[in-house]
Amino acid sequence: MNDMAESAALAAADYKSGYKPVWCPGCGDYGVLGAVTRALAILQRPPHEVAVVSGIGCSSRIPAYTSCYGFHGVHGRALAAGTGLKVARPDLTVIVAGGDGDGYSIGGNHFLHACRRNVDLTYIVMDNHVYGMTKGQASPTTEPDWDSKLAPGGTGVRSFHPLVIALAAGANFIARAFSGDSGGAAEIIAQAIRHPGFSFVEVMSPCVTFRPEQKDWKQSVRRTGVPETGDPAQAARRIMTDDGFNIGVLYAGDRPVYARERAATVTPAELEAEFAL
Amino acid sequence: MNPPIQTPSRPETLEELMLQALAMEREAVERYSELADMMQAHNNRDVAELFHKMAGYEQHHVDHILKDMSWPADKATPRYAGVWTAPDGPEVVPIEEMHYLMQPWHALQLALAAEQRAHDFFDALVRNAANDTIRRAAEEMRAEEAEHIELVRAWMEKVPQPDSDWAADPDPPRYID
Repeated sequence: MNDMAESAALAAADYKSGYKPVWCPGCGDYGVLGAVTRALAILQRPPHEVAVVSGIGCSSRIPAYTSCYGFHGVHGRALAAGTGLKVARPDLTVIVAGGDGDGYSIGGNHFLHACRRNVDLTYIVMDNHVYGMTKGQASPTTEPDWDSKLAPGGTGVRSFHPLVIALAAGANFIARAFSGDSGGAAEIIAQAIRHPGFSFVEVMSPCVTFRPEQKDWKQSVRRTGVPETGDPAQAARRIMTDDGFNIGVLYAGDRPVYARERAATVTPAELEAEFAL
Repeated sequence: MNPPIQTPSRPETLEELMLQALAMEREAVERYSELADMMQAHNNRDVAELFHKMAGYEQHHVDHILKDMSWPADKATPRYAGVWTAPDGPEVVPIEEMHYLMQPWHALQLALAAEQRAHDFFDALVRNAANDTIRRAAEEMRAEEAEHIELVRAWMEKVPQPDSDWAADPDPPRYID
C-alpha cells in the first residue's frame, strides 16, 4: 500500500472551478483534469501559486476548469506564454497543457525550443492523434494509414514521435501517462512538477467521438516494468523500441535548468512608460 | 491493465479493510458526480439525474463507513493506485463508456457492472481474509453489494429498454463517415 495519504489541507476538488467541462461524454480529457487536480493535491500547492496555460483545442479548455490562474491563449503558442510567465514569475508553478495538434503542429517549433531552453515548467499534452475540435482531421501523431473521409486511405505521412524528439531537443523529464489511469497519471504529473527543468508528460487521452477505437487503449497500456533512467542513450533506446503503450517515467535527467542570469533592471512601470502615448 | 475481477491487497486489520472500502466508495461518489455533470452539460437530463442519485447512494455508504468506524468526514485514505490492479476502483463506472445519447437503461447497465465488480472485490477479500474479524466485515459488505445488485436489477425492469437506433442523431458531431 502506498503510504502517502491524500486529503490533508487541500483536496483535488479544491483545484476544480465551478465550470463544468463541455468535452464529449467519455472523452479522455476528463481523466486528465482529474489527474492534474489530484497531482496538485499531492503537492499541496495552493491554487493561487499555480498557473495553467493552454493554446487552442478541446484539451486547451482545461485552464477554465481549474481554480488556478489560467491563460487560454493563441493556437500553438501556449509554451511561449508559459515560458515567459515562468521566467517572469519563477515563484509560480507553471503547467502548460494542450493537444497534439496544438503542441506538435501549430506549436511544433515552440515545443522544440521549450525543450531546448529547459525552463522549469511542466508541459502536458493530451494526445488523441486527431484534431477533435475541428471535426476529425489528421494531426501530427495520426497513424499514416488512418482512413477517414478527410484523409482517404490515410495521410501516408510518418507519425511525429514527440517523446524521442523531446529527448533529443533537451527536455529534462519525459513520461507517458494514460487518461484512463487518472490516479497513475496524477502521480506522474506530480513527479513532473517536482522535477527541475522542462518536464514533458504525454498523456494518451482517447477521443471517443472521432477515434472511438482508442477506447481499446485501456486494454493495451501497461506500467513500464523498468526503473526510470537519467541516461539519455538508454532512454532513447527504450522510447524508440517500445510499442507506445508503456506508461511511466521514461527519462529523468539532470540537464542544466534555465535561470535568468541577472535580475530585472527596469520595473514594469518603466517599461510601460516607453509605450505611453 | 483492466481485468474484470480485481485482486485487492490483503488487509491485515479491520481499519485497513475499512479504509479500502472508504476509498472505493469515495471514488464511486466522485465518478458518478462527474458523470452526472457530463450528462447535464449535454442536456441528457434523465441520465444526469440517475447518476446524481447513484452518487447519493454511494455517499450513504461513505457516511455509513465513517459512522461505523467513528471517523471524521475528512478521514484521509491512502492512494490505492498500484494496489487495486485496475486503474480505477472496483465500483467506478469507466468514463469512456459514456455516450451523449445514452439512456437510463444504459446507465443502469454500467452501474450494475460496477456493483458486480464491488461484490467480487469483497468476495475476494472474504476468501483471503487474514482473520475472522476481517472476514465477517467483508462478508457484510459483500452482502450489501449483493443487495445493491438486486436493487439495480429491479430498477432496470422499470425503465424502457432502448431502441436499436438509440444512438442515431440527425445532426451528429461526427459527420465525416
